Amino acid sequence: MLTYIARRILYSIPVLVASSFISFTFVSLAGNPLANLRANPRVTPETINHFIRLYHLNQSILVRYWYWVKSIFTQKLGVSLLTGQPIWPDISTAIGHTLQIILLAQLIALLLGVAVGIYSAIRQYSVFDYSFTTISFLGYAMPTFWLALLLQIAFTDIYLDWHVRIFYTSGLNSGTIGSNWSMDRLQHIALPVITLAVVSFALYSRYMRASMLDVINSDYVRTARAKGLPERRVVMRHIVRNALIPIATVSALQFGALLAGAIVTEQIFTLDGMGYYFFNRLTQNDTYAVMAYLMIVAVSIIVFNLIADIAYGFLDPRIRYD
Amino acid sequence: MTEPMQMKTPAVAAAGGPATAADVAAIEGLEIVVRSQWWYARHRFLRHRLAMIGLIGLVIIFGAGALANWVAPYSFEQIDLNNILHGPTTIGHHYFGTDEIGRDYLSRVIYGIRTSEEVGLVVAGLSTVLGLTVGSLAGYYRGWIDNVIMRITDLVLTLPVLVTLLTVAALLAGKGSKWTIIFILAGFFWTPIARIVRGVFLSLREKEYVEAAKAVGAGDLRIMFRHMLPNTLGPIVVNGTLAVADAIITEAFLSFLGFGIKPPTPSLGSLVAGGEANPQDWWLTVLPGLVLVLIVICVNFVGDGLRDALDPQQRRVRA
Repeated sequence: MLTYIARRILYSIPVLVASSFISFTFVSLAGNPLANLRANPRVTPETINHFIRLYHLNQSILVRYWYWVKSIFTQKLGVSLLTGQPIWPDISTAIGHTLQIILLAQLIALLLGVAVGIYSAIRQYSVFDYSFTTISFLGYAMPTFWLALLLQIAFTDIYLDWHVRIFYTSGLNSGTIGSNWSMDRLQHIALPVITLAVVSFALYSRYMRASMLDVINSDYVRTARAKGLPERRVVMRHIVRNALIPIATVSALQFGALLAGAIVTEQIFTLDGMGYYFFNRLTQNDTYAVMAYLMIVAVSIIVFNLIADIAYGFLDPRIRYD
Repeated sequence: MTEPMQMKTPAVAAAGGPATAADVAAIEGLEIVVRSQWWYARHRFLRHRLAMIGLIGLVIIFGAGALANWVAPYSFEQIDLNNILHGPTTIGHHYFGTDEIGRDYLSRVIYGIRTSEEVGLVVAGLSTVLGLTVGSLAGYYRGWIDNVIMRITDLVLTLPVLVTLLTVAALLAGKGSKWTIIFILAGFFWTPIARIVRGVFLSLREKEYVEAAKAVGAGDLRIMFRHMLPNTLGPIVVNGTLAVADAIITEAFLSFLGFGIKPPTPSLGSLVAGGEANPQDWWLTVLPGLVLVLIVICVNFVGDGLRDALDPQQRRVRA
């Protein structure tokens, strides 16, 4: 098992190097981080030349890539080319906010999705099953940005028409600084959490239903029933426990995907999260900041894929890695 | 339900061989119908209720988009100054209302469908052809080309598609035409298709009929396209269909963030984005998004139907 993990990690290093070089080339070619300075008539050519030398912008991409790699290790993900500030403090706050939203959304989606999946499978082809199949199909087909906008519009209109504030529709706090866990914060992050939860819920309830149906027809379930075990015990101990195995994998993968995919949701609700950070820096051509985000996302996707595989081997003893 | 009887070739019966089903049937006066795999596939597809609903929906929506010049009541940039930000109404035939500078929204949505539909269909077509070619080469010849392709797909898997797309789109944003977006999307969408085709080819190349074709002296290209390709069509057609919906949603996502197709050409994504600024005028956001959802649902229905229909293991005809 340990050799398997070590091999996977070693194998991912060249992939990371290659993908970081490709995206570094794209991001560097996408725009000039000094465009704002150049547009400012009060900035002298000497200043611009100073920054070009400072950021090695006159060098080839390969040399610039090398400087960036060095800055990642020596300066904790480097220094923003736009503001001259270190990147790590900003992006770690953003990660904190994103994690808060994703964890809540995942928790809700997992609990509801698993419960609905179990019940749909036990009562297959019932009204309950059909209505939740339809709902999850809709949730699957709905683009995230549309769902987010619908929620935003609905709650903006509720506030404007009836002057009731149920949930806030943008930002993280009412004031400039707020604590991480307060009623005010919950009212702010409720809508993005609902948006992300709906999408994940659709996924989980489908998977749970399918894997329940797989297990229900297996021999050991029939044996359990034949032994005369009460139905409740058959379902909870024999069916659900085994049906949960694929969910562990799917949720690890989905967690990694959400970390990157919350861009639109954070953009719409103007939440200072990772996606928001990435998108703003991308539009301002802040090469190092964009790269820092891409690297964090790539590493976390690799890690979550690995966790998914390990969890699978751990939960299902029939699977062996070597 | 009676299973239709099958008969491989009429020549066998005529040659006076052992009594076949055809002989027995001829004696009993039953009609023999020769039915190909395609007949079964088509029959199963046409009997698939959801697939038919999806197909009809797609024909209506895509038809309206394709015939936008004739169907839309106005052009997409014509301004009606008497009705600015008017809700859905029959006055002046603004059935979907008007936007903040008085352009008829139904017409804009219909032209938006045209853009999205072009992107979806062309991206699905391009990436299928590319994935098919590369995947079959990799699966048939293996060796270095196989290695290169698997490494590229590994790369694409490490970085989330949307994030990479945004970065690439930012690089080419200045040129933000329809074709740039189409090529960017196709550049990402071919990898899963290539992986699927490669997998099927890897297993098919060991089959007896491929060996037989080789023994007869058929060339590599003939074996690949004449013998092996028809057997991979099922998963490819299904994936190509689902890629249409994927491409449309991804284009909408890019356009929504302002990295997609540039105004004045409307696309469904940019129309939804335009509604963000006017939260009290719900129709600006709700209606184009609803069309988007309908397209995705219909494509998924058709994809499900095709999956059931093209599965050669399945002989069951849906009642």
